Amino acid sequence: MTDTLKSGFPNVETTVLGADEIILNMGPQHPSTHGVLRVKLKLDGEKVVGSECVIGYLHRGVEKIAEHRTYQQFAPYVDRMDYVAAVSNGLGYCEAVEKLLGAEAPLRARVIRTILTELQRIASHLLWLGTHALDIGALTPIFYCFREREEILKIFEKYCGARLTTHAFRIGGLQYEAYDELEKDVERFCKDFEKRIDEYEALLTNNRIWVGRTKGVGVLTAQEAKDLGASGPVIRASGVQWDIRKAFPYAAYDQYKFEIPTGRNGDTYDRYLVRMKEMRQSRLICLQAIENIPSGPIMARIGKVLKPPLGEVYHSIEAPKGELGYYVVSDATVQPYRVRIRPPSFINLQAFDTLVRGHLVADVVAIIGTLDIVLGEVDR
Amino acid sequence: MANEPEPKQPPAPPAGEKPSAPAPPKPAAAAPPKPEPLDNELVKRYKSLFGDAIREAWSDRKQAILVVDRERLREIAQYSRDDEQFDFLTDLTAVDWPKREKRFDVVLNLYSFAKNERLRLKAHAAENEPVPSVTSVWGTANWLEREAYDMFGIRFEGHPDLKRILLPDEWQGHPLRKDYDILTQDTAWVRENLGIESGQ
Amino acid sequence: MHALLEFFRPYALPLLYALIIVAVLPLVAGYVVLMERKVMADMQVRLGPMRVGPHGLLQPIADALKLLIKEDIIPENADYWIFWLAPLLSVTAAMLAMAALPFGPAFQIADLNIGLLFIVGVSSMGIYGIVLGGWASNSHYSLLGALRSAAQLVSYETAAGMALVAALLLAGTLSMKEIVEFQQQQGVWFVFLTPIGFFIYLVASIAETNRAPFDLPEAESELVAGYMTEYSGFRWALYFLAEYANMIVVASIATTLFLGGWLRPFPGVHALDFLDWLPPMLLLGVALYCFYRTPKQPVKVQQGFLAAVGLLCLMLAAILGAALVPPLVRFKPAILGGFWFVFKVFAYIYVFMWLRFTFPRYRFDQLMKLGWHFMIPLGIVNVIGVASALVLHRQMHWGLAPALGATTLGTLLVAAYLAAVGRRYDLPVVGEAE
Repeated sequence: MTDTLKSGFPNVETTVLGADEIILNMGPQHPSTHGVLRVKLKLDGEKVVGSECVIGYLHRGVEKIAEHRTYQQFAPYVDRMDYVAAVSNGLGYCEAVEKLLGAEAPLRARVIRTILTELQRIASHLLWLGTHALDIGALTPIFYCFREREEILKIFEKYCGARLTTHAFRIGGLQYEAYDELEKDVERFCKDFEKRIDEYEALLTNNRIWVGRTKGVGVLTAQEAKDLGASGPVIRASGVQWDIRKAFPYAAYDQYKFEIPTGRNGDTYDRYLVRMKEMRQSRLICLQAIENIPSGPIMARIGKVLKPPLGEVYHSIEAPKGELGYYVVSDATVQPYRVRIRPPSFINLQAFDTLVRGHLVADVVAIIGTLDIVLGEVDR
Repeated sequence: MANEPEPKQPPAPPAGEKPSAPAPPKPAAAAPPKPEPLDNELVKRYKSLFGDAIREAWSDRKQAILVVDRERLREIAQYSRDDEQFDFLTDLTAVDWPKREKRFDVVLNLYSFAKNERLRLKAHAAENEPVPSVTSVWGTANWLEREAYDMFGIRFEGHPDLKRILLPDEWQGHPLRKDYDILTQDTAWVRENLGIESGQ
Repeated sequence: MHALLEFFRPYALPLLYALIIVAVLPLVAGYVVLMERKVMADMQVRLGPMRVGPHGLLQPIADALKLLIKEDIIPENADYWIFWLAPLLSVTAAMLAMAALPFGPAFQIADLNIGLLFIVGVSSMGIYGIVLGGWASNSHYSLLGALRSAAQLVSYETAAGMALVAALLLAGTLSMKEIVEFQQQQGVWFVFLTPIGFFIYLVASIAETNRAPFDLPEAESELVAGYMTEYSGFRWALYFLAEYANMIVVASIATTLFLGGWLRPFPGVHALDFLDWLPPMLLLGVALYCFYRTPKQPVKVQQGFLAAVGLLCLMLAAILGAALVPPLVRFKPAILGGFWFVFKVFAYIYVFMWLRFTFPRYRFDQLMKLGWHFMIPLGIVNVIGVASALVLHRQMHWGLAPALGATTLGTLLVAAYLAAVGRRYDLPVVGEAE
């Protein structure tokens, strides 16, 4: 039952291609795979009966590089994994090393980190929304989403000089003080943003065609989600109320009130709703945070040369894509012994085969979109 | 991460205050808790069931770690999932300690939704020793074990489809091993498939 | 010799009109493409083509030139003659359909007494062009895309036909000119008499021209690439031209049958005669705007071009205005009618574009289900409704408005029923929710 074919479909029960079955290759170059992802589909007419994802086209050996850089030198590399949400990657890494050192960033740094990370979450979800809608055929939301994303990237640029691969945080806190108009900029953005999300929802949420393309497509039950290790909006849409910001609060999340949106059916439509609600919650967190940014130092006293004592730590954060974890092993030298990155997109992508069985070819693109994968993170 | 009181003390800990002190300042307050042996209820339950198969148990930076016997990994995993309610495999990876006799550390990070608790299981494996696959316990392990195989060369027994995942199927060598230099590459593959002498 | 000239005399004017259409149509289609790009940009919060000519007005010319000079690539195992023939069929069908379209009371190549039947029949021949194009490309996926496209077109032709029948019942004639004259007589456009028919025709015409939200066969992000993939350069331009010509044909049919053809709004109401001045005023406004923007153009050439466009609008405004002034009033229906017709066609096409950029795409099975389970039954019920209304009006002497109102209400109830029942045929949800 688990024979492998020459084409490599371990999950399919037959060993011979039936007369009506063809193998369709969505190659690494394709407008809708959001990066270099190769998907081999086994089709029976229009229905997908098996699939295999071939990844590794963007593998850059980031974990190996980590062993040859000091802790601080490695920090810019993590931005390049999930390049759509670079700030979150940086947050996870810096906090993991801080845990390893036994240090904690001062409160002011943590609050500013929270604000920037939530803005990054909104930006990442906006990009997801635009591209997902584009794949399903709605040609306009992507431009609106990028208009909003532009505002966020401007804030990042004013803060640390970079829009995409920001390296905004440092181990121990922040390097740059918040610029003078940060609060005003964030407030202005948040005030406008509510109307904008309403615009996107007006275009899509109750649109008959959108609902028809996404409801019942790619259903993942809660049990399957837990078994497959899905995290983030994927598992929340299946009904499991789990968010690391609430389960193991980090940065300054325990100070703010926000909800965790969950879905019921675990289909694409629910994942869409969960992410839309998450954007609204992120906006609320930002508004709460800018009301009261405490004063104080922005960097903990940990010295310039970081030599954490022997040991290891696993620290994870709720990145926009899911649970982003860092397992860092230290051998008391200035370079980490091992840095393992637990990539949410990689593990969510494993669920692709389960999601796509039984659907039509036209739904494959919607399912890839709804998992919200970034190949930089899948392959590292 | 709990709000520990020490970051709110602007007066720096004694070690960093002396400007004339040479050597990297190591503020005493910023030291992690030392790893200490662990013997709580959870560990007791494991030990009572599996006895010697639980080799060591300690907590490092407040995170519980159990070192278990490689051969009984699947049993222990099954028990963890079914009875201890660790129904979520967060991560499965490996660490290479070449100087040790059993060089590989296979590390499983588990999480329990019901108890909101994390646990780390480790198993030592020598270079050619296969490790039982936990794919039948948690479906996540499928790709994670493939990646450990790809990067370290650890074979997982009972895995449905153990082949490389990130590197090309015909690649020779396992990059994350410590004896694989960072500039090494499978030059034969590069020459054949990319048509160039070297990828560097 | 004289006999020969006499023989050809009746053909002279239609031939002239035909020449005008064939010469002008590619240009018009090109500018419809530009209009689409500008409208798309406007809805997507951006500007669209701005570089080639002022505000991109020369873009279609640049595109046409580029397509003409492109290399002609033919796939290796393609059937050459069919490959050559397919785009021609599409374009010919679309252009031929224009033969019976009335662009105004005076501008029509052939006033056939079976005008509508001719148009619908000939434009259906375009489907051959699609299927043969897909087949001749010798590519598995092109053929699948072509067959899907053909299936979609055929299904929605039926629905469109039903909608047209409803309007025909009201008019009682197939001749395009007489349909408009009938609307003039009634003093009301047919869209107010059979709004459901208009709605069905609107949706069906979008599907017939392969426009979003029914454009799965040609969508980029789908795996099956569509019948046009292997075509490049001028052959592709012909397909493209056929698609936009089809849009114009379909919009013209809708205008003639439902929107009053060349009549102005409220044609019968003399109190609103001042609306006749609307066209020249509109064009005057456009001309003045062009002149206003001329000095703001960065480059002298662009200034000159914009001024020329302004002058053109001014001339058109003058012609339209002149047609209203007593000595030339006998030309009023022809000239103003032409304007109104073109205006309505473009408004209909604007609605096409609007819908394209608002809605996501239907999946193919959902598309077919919509056609066969909703549109066609609704179309049939609509025909029965309109027929009953006419019986009530003519036999039982009800007023036309109450009769039609009652039957429209009935049809709406049926539509609600169909929509509710339609959910039963949805694809079963894969997997079970927890």
